[in-house]
Amino acid sequence: MATLKDFRNEIRPNWCPGCGDFSVQAAIQRALAALNKEPHEVAIVSGIGCSGRISGYVNTYGFHAVHGRSLPTAQGLKLANRHLTVIAAGGDGDGFGIGLNHFIHAVRRNMDITYIVMDNQIYGLTKGQHSPTSATGMQVKTTPHGNIEQALKPTQLALAAGISFLAQGFSSDVNQLVSLIQAAIQHRGFSLINVFSPCVTYNKINTYEWYKDNVVNLDKLEGYQPNDYAAAMNQIREHDGLVTGLIYQDTNRAPYEDSIHNYASDSLSHVDLQLPSDVFAAALKEFA
Amino acid sequence: MLSELSWKVGGQQGEGVESTGETFAIALNRQGYFVYSFRHFSSRIKGGHSNDKVRVSLKPYRAIASRTNILLAFDQETIDLNAKELCDGGILIADEKFKPTAPNHVQLFSIPLTQLAEESGSAIMKNMVSLGASCYLLGLPLQVFEEVIEERFRRKGDKVVSQNMEALARGAAAMEQAGGAAVKLSLAKADGTRRLFMMGNDALGLGALAAGARVMAAYPITPASDVMEYLIKKMPTVGGVVVQTEDEIAAMTMTIGASYGGARAFTCTSGPGLSLMMEAIGLSGMTETPTVIIDTQRGGPSTGLPTKQEQSDFLAALFGTHGEIPKIVLTPATPEECFTAMADAFNLAETYQCPVIVMTDLQLSLSKQSTEPLSLDSIRIDRGAVTASSDLKEVPITTQFDRYKVTDSGVSPRVFPGTPGGLHHVTGVEHSENGRPNEGTANRQAMMEKRMRKLDGVELDESISRHGSADAKVVILGIGSNYGAIEEALDILQEEGIAASHVHLHKLLPFPVRALNEAFQNAEEILVVENNATGQIRHLLGFFGVKTAGTIRSYLKYDGSPILPLEIANDIKGRMHAWQH
Repeated sequence: MATLKDFRNEIRPNWCPGCGDFSVQAAIQRALAALNKEPHEVAIVSGIGCSGRISGYVNTYGFHAVHGRSLPTAQGLKLANRHLTVIAAGGDGDGFGIGLNHFIHAVRRNMDITYIVMDNQIYGLTKGQHSPTSATGMQVKTTPHGNIEQALKPTQLALAAGISFLAQGFSSDVNQLVSLIQAAIQHRGFSLINVFSPCVTYNKINTYEWYKDNVVNLDKLEGYQPNDYAAAMNQIREHDGLVTGLIYQDTNRAPYEDSIHNYASDSLSHVDLQLPSDVFAAALKEFA
Repeated sequence: MLSELSWKVGGQQGEGVESTGETFAIALNRQGYFVYSFRHFSSRIKGGHSNDKVRVSLKPYRAIASRTNILLAFDQETIDLNAKELCDGGILIADEKFKPTAPNHVQLFSIPLTQLAEESGSAIMKNMVSLGASCYLLGLPLQVFEEVIEERFRRKGDKVVSQNMEALARGAAAMEQAGGAAVKLSLAKADGTRRLFMMGNDALGLGALAAGARVMAAYPITPASDVMEYLIKKMPTVGGVVVQTEDEIAAMTMTIGASYGGARAFTCTSGPGLSLMMEAIGLSGMTETPTVIIDTQRGGPSTGLPTKQEQSDFLAALFGTHGEIPKIVLTPATPEECFTAMADAFNLAETYQCPVIVMTDLQLSLSKQSTEPLSLDSIRIDRGAVTASSDLKEVPITTQFDRYKVTDSGVSPRVFPGTPGGLHHVTGVEHSENGRPNEGTANRQAMMEKRMRKLDGVELDESISRHGSADAKVVILGIGSNYGAIEEALDILQEEGIAASHVHLHKLLPFPVRALNEAFQNAEEILVVENNATGQIRHLLGFFGVKTAGTIRSYLKYDGSPILPLEIANDIKGRMHAWQH
């Protein structure tokens, strides 16, 4: 059986020292080991950006796709092999900027995949432009007079779009992140874990300290029931999205794969591709 | 006795024009005639002029005729727009209801189509009345239509079937009463051979199914949507899945993900979708993930002419992605070829691990036509180099599989996720043999050469076909649905004593330079026929260095309508005339 070290490889991430993404990498590795997964049973599909490199930093199958398209790529992979554990990952620009459209539709479709967003509220790899989750007023390279746009609220948006599993983590709390990732992988359906993963180089506002001072941990909130949609929305709104923990889970919704009419139970990579002659003959009759 | 004729029905979109044309075409196809139909329609749901032109013949034609023998008009607009193509003395059957007026060169039969339909039970059966009138003119027994009417209306009950049959009979009787006997265009009897009746899109869908496609991701677009709609019905019979995605970018990347996962996956679109897919097509090339993309061309650029014929995506398909990747482009000409092209596409995609674009055009995709039998025996499935899990048994967990191993052929074995011992990374970033990002200059050069080597010097079998006299000085080069018009132009020219040959491009990339050099050996005059404004195929002859001593000219058409046989023949004749002086 695989252990934690089997999910590690020898690659040194090209992240800056102190980057929040290191915690996410570690949490994924620990969660997979804790779930008794084997590396070959898992595929991580990532987008472009600093965080998008993560598919190469965990010893599983990995696909580093184009900018903003980790989700459709991951969904295609899941359709080809429904027995794989598929994790999609990327940053806030990748997922909520260029790839936002896919996010909403992935939520709607509800395939059994886990989406981890490393949200640092900045574009790091392109060296410090504002991102869709940058706060109003934030002054960076592309907002010399302060950001005049309003920040996108990932958790509120996900909930409004009808997500079946929603969690938020913080790179400083790796233990919580590990348990959230485990729960998300075990959830049958689409799950989002938005992780506050500070950029120590370009975001001087949303720092580790800033998050520590501002986030509310719902996992420790007495009486909080993550199956209560209204309570989830209220908490998000009350704390302007700055909550961590399991925010919402709907266990009654079937994943997309279960609802595909007559869908093969095996991986499509190894099914017999020869069209049965009776199916072909019946198909030809329609054109007689 | 006529050996061929051309019939057209026209009216407002949504008032049964298409079903009238289709009933007529299917019935005659079943008699053993060769039938070729072309639908003129607009990008709207109801209203606007539409028509369906059907050619019926004793020998196969793959093109619409230049003229029309019989025109059925449900409104005056149909007459105004189409009467000019009626031959001298051509027959116009129009609904008396709108008090039709017609030009002098045609014979107008004003028949109370709507009234007779109402007498049979409902005004909507005016199309059956008009079919009855057509049937009489062609000297065919009404039974020819009975079987099709029965099939079409069986679900609605016996009464509806008999009412439609009655409407058919009333139409025939009315045509006789109106003096139709004097203008009968008796059609020679066909031999009763049963052929399929399908459009290119039908054949692409069936071809994909036969080729082992199990995942299709696509976004609706004219004229491609039929392929997705067909597979949505059929995929459950083989345990596959069709996803209607949020856009074409998702369609293409989902296709890549599914193919990486080991399924045969493809997408289908038209020009605007192809533009959106370009970055991801580059990802397919860079990550050597096999993909199949169908592009059913329509009028561009931008939204262009969504429901009209054009062939203007060739350069986009060949050169559209940024950077450089190996790519294959197939250009089938007929439904028969669309069927086999899908298996070819998947086999080539998996053999060379690159994107394969299958290009049709609106005329090929949507023209329903008599189609020769399709056989499953013509389909073989070759998945290319895939490493089985049995070969990887002893590999330690932490060892990476060299997915991009540099080989002489440039092709490196794939391994599907889920396979123990096959762990590797895939990225659109330049990478090492094990798939890890690597921007080193030596690695870059080695990897670029490895990818490009896969198709270096390759010319695919049957990239071109040659027809007509091989030593003819005049060569007509065509692509896609122009096939039929060029074949017919050869006949027209031959009747006038002009020998010409037809070379057709069936595979556009790798560009078949050697085959074309040989085909053009004796040519003095090469006419490149294409449905675009800039002569894209002609430019490619130069770009790829095709050698010929002949003069290369273009016949271009970009008004949204298909190229007609006579137009090509006249162009050649004009040129011959110029030579003689």
